[in-house]
Amino acid sequence: MTKVRALVVTGYGINCEEEMAAAYHLAGAEADIVHLHEVFSERISIHDYDLLNFPGGFAFGDDLGSAKVLSNKFKYKKMASGKSFIDDLHKFLSDKKYVMGVCNGFQALVKMGLIPNVMGNYEQETTLTHNNSGRFEDRWVTCKANEKLITPFLKSIDLIDLPVRHGEGKLIFKDQEIRTLVEKKNLNCLSYAGKDGHPTDEYPVNPNGSELNCAGLCDESGHVFGLMPHPEAFLSLYNHPDWGRMKRVNTHISEEGQGLEIFKNIIKHIMEK
Amino acid sequence: MNSTMNHIQLLLQKNIRDVAAEQVQNEAKKYLNIDTGKVKSGKIFSVLYDMNPEQVQAFARQTLADPILHEVYINQLYRDDYYHSYILISKLPGVTDDEGVSAQKALCDLLNIAFDYSKQWIFTRDIYYLENHLSEKQLHRIAEDLLGNPLINHFEYGKFEGRILYMPTVDMQSDTTSKTIDIFVDDATLVKLSKDYLLALDLNEMKAIQNYYKDIKVKSIRLVNGLPELPTDTEIEVLAQTWSEHCKHKEFNALIEYKDLDTGEVKTIDSLFKTYIRRSTDVVKNNLEEMGHRWLLKVFSDNAGVVRIDDQRVFIWKVETHNSPSALDPYGGALTGIVGVNRDPLGTGIGGGKLLFNTDVLCFGSPYYKGKLLPGQLHPRRIMSGVVKGIEDGGNKSGIPTVNGSIIFDDRFRGKPLVFCGTGAVMPASYQGVDSWTKPIVPGDRIIMAGGRVGKDGIHGATFSSLEIDEHSPRSAVQIGSPITQKNMSDFMEQAVKKGLIKCSTDNGAGGLSSSIGELATISNGAVIQLDRVPLKYSGLKPWEIFVSESQERMSFVVRPGDVDELMAMAADFEVETTDIGYFTGEGYLDIRFGDEKMAYLDLDFLHNGVPGKSMQAEWQTPKLKVPKIPGKPDHNQIILKLLNSLNICSREPVIRRYDHEVKGKTIVKPLMGGNGFAPQDAGVMRLGFDSFMGIAISNGILPRYGDIDAYQMSAGSFDEAVRGIIAVGGLLPDSIKGQNIFWSVNDNFCVPDSLYHPQNNPDGKYKLAQLVRMNEALFDMATFFNIPMTSGKDSMKNDFIKEGVKISVPPTILYSMVAQIPDVRKTLTAEFKKPGDKIYLVGKTYDELGASEFYKLFNELGANVPVVRKEDGLRIYRKMIKANEQNLLLSAHDLSDGGLAVALAESAFGGNLGAEIHLAANGLKDYAVLYSESHSRFIVTIAEENNEAFGRLFGDDAQVIGTVSDSGKLVVHIDNKKLIDIEVEKLLSAWRSGLEF
Repeated sequence: MTKVRALVVTGYGINCEEEMAAAYHLAGAEADIVHLHEVFSERISIHDYDLLNFPGGFAFGDDLGSAKVLSNKFKYKKMASGKSFIDDLHKFLSDKKYVMGVCNGFQALVKMGLIPNVMGNYEQETTLTHNNSGRFEDRWVTCKANEKLITPFLKSIDLIDLPVRHGEGKLIFKDQEIRTLVEKKNLNCLSYAGKDGHPTDEYPVNPNGSELNCAGLCDESGHVFGLMPHPEAFLSLYNHPDWGRMKRVNTHISEEGQGLEIFKNIIKHIMEK
Repeated sequence: MNSTMNHIQLLLQKNIRDVAAEQVQNEAKKYLNIDTGKVKSGKIFSVLYDMNPEQVQAFARQTLADPILHEVYINQLYRDDYYHSYILISKLPGVTDDEGVSAQKALCDLLNIAFDYSKQWIFTRDIYYLENHLSEKQLHRIAEDLLGNPLINHFEYGKFEGRILYMPTVDMQSDTTSKTIDIFVDDATLVKLSKDYLLALDLNEMKAIQNYYKDIKVKSIRLVNGLPELPTDTEIEVLAQTWSEHCKHKEFNALIEYKDLDTGEVKTIDSLFKTYIRRSTDVVKNNLEEMGHRWLLKVFSDNAGVVRIDDQRVFIWKVETHNSPSALDPYGGALTGIVGVNRDPLGTGIGGGKLLFNTDVLCFGSPYYKGKLLPGQLHPRRIMSGVVKGIEDGGNKSGIPTVNGSIIFDDRFRGKPLVFCGTGAVMPASYQGVDSWTKPIVPGDRIIMAGGRVGKDGIHGATFSSLEIDEHSPRSAVQIGSPITQKNMSDFMEQAVKKGLIKCSTDNGAGGLSSSIGELATISNGAVIQLDRVPLKYSGLKPWEIFVSESQERMSFVVRPGDVDELMAMAADFEVETTDIGYFTGEGYLDIRFGDEKMAYLDLDFLHNGVPGKSMQAEWQTPKLKVPKIPGKPDHNQIILKLLNSLNICSREPVIRRYDHEVKGKTIVKPLMGGNGFAPQDAGVMRLGFDSFMGIAISNGILPRYGDIDAYQMSAGSFDEAVRGIIAVGGLLPDSIKGQNIFWSVNDNFCVPDSLYHPQNNPDGKYKLAQLVRMNEALFDMATFFNIPMTSGKDSMKNDFIKEGVKISVPPTILYSMVAQIPDVRKTLTAEFKKPGDKIYLVGKTYDELGASEFYKLFNELGANVPVVRKEDGLRIYRKMIKANEQNLLLSAHDLSDGGLAVALAESAFGGNLGAEIHLAANGLKDYAVLYSESHSRFIVTIAEENNEAFGRLFGDDAQVIGTVSDSGKLVVHIDNKKLIDIEVEKLLSAWRSGLEF
């Protein structure tokens, strides 16, 4: 059986491509790191891949707002053949392939209108903006997966500890209607929660003040998934800040990080299709 | 041709929380005691590019605005009578405007046109509307003390009338002619010349230059080559730059007469660098090679030190200081410090290594400082917040984790802060069969400049950092970095070196092209530079300014002539601008041209070896100090709360969380660990890749206050602190395992006040120099004893702030930044207690060593008994720690430092909801010495009860069991069965977490 092929884009300030590719390798897929100029010049076609990944980083320094210049580039810049990247992306999705965005990548997906896309017209329906603390913060949070599973990325996940590392992670919906639809359709697939698993808006459990305590979103098909926390930064138990105590109280604990599960889920799902 | 100007303004919609404005309102109240009322923030893009109205609309609404966040105003700027004041902050001409550049790129994407590096079309500004009617003075304070810096910003304020008055376009007349400088003059005029031209050269050095030009052979060669008899301005600037303290380390290479007034002993030291630093590494290298360890590859001779990890990889490590720029513009100074030091490993050997981590060690005055500020002196809080933001942006935006650091507070750092920035990198051991740490250059190789364009930024930076800051400090000393420009360049380099397109590379750091090409030219023995080809940010630079400019994010590559086209095409793909600016020769001259005109023609040997040696005098006398009496009976519950809340001990969490310390997914021991993320650690640990668990530990040692008693013990203690940090996380010593590569790589960074004796200006200069000598002696003794090598380092010699006859000098400071290889990161240790019932041991011996301790500081005392390093004991203990960890006995380890045992116990309890029950014996010491003495080479460790016997056997008298981890949530400490501390850990934690309000 051939391996699942994941494309991890990089360049222009994206900086989590290495660990993202490592996640796919560890999960049993092939992963190529490709600079976006190769995509724009069409030397590389996204259609040769099963999965397209937008890693975290500071694309264009997050000037004009997080991932703003990058998502504009995807929307407006004409590639070598004259079409824009977003046309290609729509085609990629119509082929029932998968897209994941983490942190800066999530911000790009949201600003391109790929998620939550409840109206189905690829208009921007949410945004990610400055944390209520007014600061960039690196801290570990606990996330609770939506009881109703929409996206295969989160199969097997109930509670998961992950690091957040962002200054613009506060999720805001365009209006009440969008917010209600997202909730109704269970597209708020990941929420910031206490250790007990209950989502809360208490700082720093919810580190940024996101509406619905939302840490991640997907579209209705479940094929597009984005989140602010970094699963690719928890590939090993030893990434967890409490690994010392966890090992002490449970000598048989797995050395695998829980973040890896998300990558294993999607690969398994694609392989089983 | 003038283009039309469009102002596009973005404001947040009413329902969106204006976090930036809230911060301004709060901080104005808190720090400036100004009540602004409600604040509204906005962004203005002034676009100087011809567009039709539809294009302006599209650019504003599609490209710039977020439809969910913003309302858009075009040319008619927002006004509301609700707000009675406003402040508009623009950038001064030529100041880096990254956001403007990104907006320009986005505009090009929208219009589908090519980006033009040579023109700035878009200028960004911030505007704040303030509800209350504030006086001009109040607005001025908010503008200058909170929002911007007059060295880089232009402010407009008052009541907003909807107009913008100021445009930061650069308008300068081009003047590319060269002039000569008459140095055939008397001594007094030579000294004046040096001062007028900001050359920072003394009379001896000026005379050496004079003699060179008087030399008959030089005269005839100049005549033949079409150069005037007198030096050109370019030549003088290149000489001054190359001979600067920053580049030639004249004081570290001086001849020093050292008198010990205690003993009457006199000795002569010919170069501190050669005698102590370089020689220590020579000794260590010899010792290691005798043991069969051959991992030291390159020391002191490139931009950073290089050691071997394994057959495939080498490790590169450099720590720098950026003190003077950070005193002037804290944000820009620290940002350029961190992105600047990134370029050192990037430009070592062939170059293109992968940047692995940053560290930062910062010394500030107290943020609560209430004393007077001199003109031009920024408040310590202002300096700290700018520096922290600079390091945050420099690291986070480059995707490099900041894994370790330290902050020291002492009001003597309020004049000049110390900002130490370090970067480690991993490079393949060879590129296409060539050792990656070499720098092969032959005549004919092309010189390619890559990255940012050249402006007036940082002109005279290298000489400036050797001068005290005074009223005449040049404005151009301030520069702002651009992390995104550099990120593109490092991405590009990584690919270009793999393809073999770059023969070698170097950083254009302090001194700009003059320094980088001047040094590379010594390899082939000559270079020709065409300054007219260097791309400029704006016109109007003089040729010498182009050559010495320190504009950031630039590197120089050495490229085979046949590879130039391919390299440049590849660079374009990565949005990196590259220019061919000349070639290397073998003729022995630095030949600088502008078009056909020769700007400089300097003998390379004279340029690099012509600087005359310095002579300096040092006098040591042990300060007369006494041990203070602590009055009354101390309440230890109160004392430990006060210590934990004190500035040098309290939690750095408000700073640490702003740095991304785990991007790349390789960080194993972060600055704060435990279930709550509160527990402080002694060193950082990272793995190197995802295919194995091999890694490194990173630590820093710095103890400036000990130098008030004895600079030798201060330096030795700092060294020990850094070593024991690495031992605490489970690290090994270089010779721990026979036949196994366990590299150590250390950067020493000296930051001292002016130590050149002058009867009026620096009457205690001889004592200060003696302190520096003793710091070096300790370095040599420690490094050679532990076989831990210095591989690179830096000295910063004039850390004084002088204004209105007042001098604020930093205490002599040395920072040791250490990296050690870890065979398996899974075997590392964290500091926090793990489980109730585990046994707590104190490893190492406590002495009555409260001199310069944090405990004495609570009583405003210095004391006399500074902690003494007993290196034989230390080494024995470290070997036992290594053995214990090898046998899997250790569950946690925390080193004892500031605040001694009591503080270390409290910190160890911060990892979870655990406590500790402790029973100590006084052994003839005072209670407070047992609890707070800062004796070196000590740890608190925990072990499982069943390992008690094995542990006892291994350690013998070097460890005492002192208690048990409890689930009581309390720290209870007895000495000789007297209960001295009994307090909830929650209370301790809250005191510790609230010390640094930031």
